[in-house]
Amino acid sequence: MSESHLSTATAHVHGHGEEDYLSCSSGWKSWAFTLDHKRIGVMYLVAILASFLAGGIMALLIRLELLLPGKFFLSEDQYNHMFTLHGAIMTFLFLIPSIPAALGNFMVPVMLGVKDVAFPRMNLASFYLWIGGAIFFLAAVILGGLDTGWTFYTPYSTTTNTSVITASLGVFILGFSSIFTGLNFLVTINMMRPAGMTWFRMPLFLWSLYATSIIQILATPVIGITGLLLIAERALGIGIFDPARGGDPVLFQHFFWFYSHPAVYIMILPAMGIISEMVSTFSRKPIFGYRFIAYSSIAIALLGFLVWGHHMFVSGQSPLAAMMFSALTFSVSIPSAIKVFNWLSTMYKGSVSLETPMCYTLSFIFLFGIGGLTGLFLGALATDVHLHDTYFVVAHFHYVMMGGTLIAFLGGLHYWWPKMFGKMYNENLARIACLIIFVGFNATFFPQFILGSRGMPRRYAKYDPEFQIFHQFSTFGALLLGAGLFLSAGVLLHSLLRGRRAPANPWGGSTLEWKCSSPPPHHNFDWPPVVTEPYHYDHIQYDPKEGGYVEVEEVAPDPDDAPLPVKH
Amino acid sequence: MMTSTMLSTLHAVWGQSSGETLVFPTQGSDFAPAIDWLFYAITAISAFFFAIIVGVMVYFVLRYRRRPGHDAQPSASHNTPLEIAWSVLPGFILLAIFAAGFLIFLDLRRVPEGAYEIKVTARKWSWAFEYPNGLVMEDLHVPADRPVRLLMSSMDVIHSLFVPAFRVKQDLVPGRYTEMWFRATGAGTHRLYCAEYCGQKHSTMVANVVVHEPADFEQWLRIETDKTNNLPPAELGALLYKRQGCAQCHAIDDNVQGKAGPSFAKTFGTQQRLTNGESVTIEENYLRRSILEPLAQIRAGFQPVMPTYQGRLRDNEIDALIAYIKSLNPEATPKE
Ligand code: HEM
Ligand SMILES: [Cu+2]
Repeated sequence: MSESHLSTATAHVHGHGEEDYLSCSSGWKSWAFTLDHKRIGVMYLVAILASFLAGGIMALLIRLELLLPGKFFLSEDQYNHMFTLHGAIMTFLFLIPSIPAALGNFMVPVMLGVKDVAFPRMNLASFYLWIGGAIFFLAAVILGGLDTGWTFYTPYSTTTNTSVITASLGVFILGFSSIFTGLNFLVTINMMRPAGMTWFRMPLFLWSLYATSIIQILATPVIGITGLLLIAERALGIGIFDPARGGDPVLFQHFFWFYSHPAVYIMILPAMGIISEMVSTFSRKPIFGYRFIAYSSIAIALLGFLVWGHHMFVSGQSPLAAMMFSALTFSVSIPSAIKVFNWLSTMYKGSVSLETPMCYTLSFIFLFGIGGLTGLFLGALATDVHLHDTYFVVAHFHYVMMGGTLIAFLGGLHYWWPKMFGKMYNENLARIACLIIFVGFNATFFPQFILGSRGMPRRYAKYDPEFQIFHQFSTFGALLLGAGLFLSAGVLLHSLLRGRRAPANPWGGSTLEWKCSSPPPHHNFDWPPVVTEPYHYDHIQYDPKEGGYVEVEEVAPDPDDAPLPVKH
Repeated sequence: MMTSTMLSTLHAVWGQSSGETLVFPTQGSDFAPAIDWLFYAITAISAFFFAIIVGVMVYFVLRYRRRPGHDAQPSASHNTPLEIAWSVLPGFILLAIFAAGFLIFLDLRRVPEGAYEIKVTARKWSWAFEYPNGLVMEDLHVPADRPVRLLMSSMDVIHSLFVPAFRVKQDLVPGRYTEMWFRATGAGTHRLYCAEYCGQKHSTMVANVVVHEPADFEQWLRIETDKTNNLPPAELGALLYKRQGCAQCHAIDDNVQGKAGPSFAKTFGTQQRLTNGESVTIEENYLRRSILEPLAQIRAGFQPVMPTYQGRLRDNEIDALIAYIKSLNPEATPKE
């Protein structure tokens, strides 16, 4: 692109002059009672990052204990409590709310070009419900801990003397928090799209959150009721799950996975949405196969409800049921594969720049690829019999949930950080952190596939010495991974103090959030922004004066640089 | 010391004996080759596609990286035939994987006629394997080259019987029977793990599978059975202490580290406090009751975790255990 365009460029940024959402009011009340989706998003961000830190420290303790086959510094009971809390905190307090409630909350209205979500009060209520759920988790720790595993399988969970009731109430409350967020987004996206933003002009992040919301609303009540049944069983002795009282313990697993399998898509769909945004922005190319990506989100949301039985192939399930669940499991892997192919095609003939969010995007494709492909080993019945409940499963779900959701979350955080806080971070250090995380992650979890196929069961405080070498490798990987995460946290925090002021559009993004200033003003936009096709970049050009991208008037293209006619 | 463990680990990792590879333990049953084959087939397919994905990704990054003089070039924003192709074609591969997995799985589930039957009972945190003649062992002994059917149940929570060398696994669910089968190939010893988390000592709910040559198996069974029939009570008690899983939770010396229950050493005849504040003398009736109704009286400082042995021990076996515990306190003077 020739430089001459830029001289005629006019900065076209909304909201200059009005105070931004961070400084428009102050005092703790202006935060605690805020109805501003951006501030709620920021509070969510702080809260879930605190949970991530807590869960992460537990993970490191678990890994350190596993340096030795016998006891190192945790008793068996302490070890069991540790992996239970690690899993429960990471799933319920961190992964499920991470992208929707923190990043989504901030971005959904801005990407729609509107002032706020449909129900701002419900949005704040969702946050306080999250706090309530977290308090119950904390209470469970204080009142004797929890040693059931995050899966709460009966009849162990109905007979252990740890705080199952308190923790289940925590899950119940967190469920409502999640439903509130889902309902809010569903209505917001359905009703508040501005003129010109048809369904198929919506950024794919919004599509993915829309699909996620459907799951949140339909599946979460099931875990809520399951938790209540568990409480009823423990407190009142009703025989639902406990065979000693005429109940069926396997019924619990059906209920649990009927929620928790769709829940893994609550975690991964928003992640895929972020990746779709970033791969397009950093390739300066329209996303390839927009409709297939959008539809595949919905397909995943719906098919995801039909595969829960794949967690139960050796639970005594009939071969017929096992066959159906296995077949359906394979069918749900196709929409994920489609997205990967589309992301790659988006880079084709693009202008690919490796800024930090793009580094996370590439890392995501690599790690999620391994996570998804190893799902095939588990979806196939014969191999799952051997691999079920071993470290292979542990590695598989860390590749998808940590290599997938966490990496996309970090990518999204780096992508939208300048927008959220108005500061640029140190690009090189952030990239190095991303690399350390990538290497540390693989060093931690790849050996666990081998551990699993060699027969090392999961949730073992002690293990046979032949497995030690793999465990040690994994622990050193985890230390590296931890170092990378701390570095990236340091880089981001440092930017708040010392960072360069962020331009409105540092990366050249084409969706609406890049049209308001960084950080956005209290009302996001002074006047409704003009909605155009998302993912068109020709009119967005780098302006060295601004230090970021600005929109230029559409100029007559030179002949061999013609923008593609838009067709859908 | 260090190097020798290192060497033996390396040997275990790289040793090629009896089908062992880097990723799999020994192939100890005739399921193992089929399942390993499927595993490697999926690995090959996955590696192929993963290599393409990463290869294309790296190529595009290098080829199209942003640099002076390079800008995005127009290209199609979608291509329906291409997209349909890459949505549908992987489906055929997936279908093949699914079918292979299902067919092998059917073999795992279809128990052949006339299989040798062993009853398995799991409880926190040990295994009991019961032979047709009533003999109970804490390790699983099976004949080679003969189908063995395990009829399994749990006395408390869900456990899962997992023999990596056989590539088999099945949950044991309280309140119902589950079954599994295998045919071991060749004599040897393998590990047997509990794979479903079952509480405090889940990770020590481990036993051995001893595979005997078919000819030796009957002889082994006869010797073990004779032993239990002819032993004096205290010695039978000592045997049952191991076989019935008492040893998992009760020490017989002062080393109670990691034991969930009180030690049997020097307790018979002593006074002990209970969780409800009362105290009790450890004598025959208390012991009998503790074996049959373990939750009725819990000694101070312990959790109510012991499973009942009601219906699992014969009267003479209970007597033998009591005699054994008694023998562990030579100074005992039973109270009248
Ligand atoms: C190609 C796609 C995938 C396939 C075929 C697949 C298949 C499976 C199967 C069959 C299991 C059960 C394994 C067992 O317990 O024996 C499993 C476990 C699991 N998967 Fe996936 N999976 C896929 C993608 C994902 C994604 C995208 C996520 C989450 C973001 C995910 C999260 C999990 C979790 C959390 C577990 C285990 C939970 C536990 O036992 O604690 N999977 N997967
Ligand atoms: Cu168990």
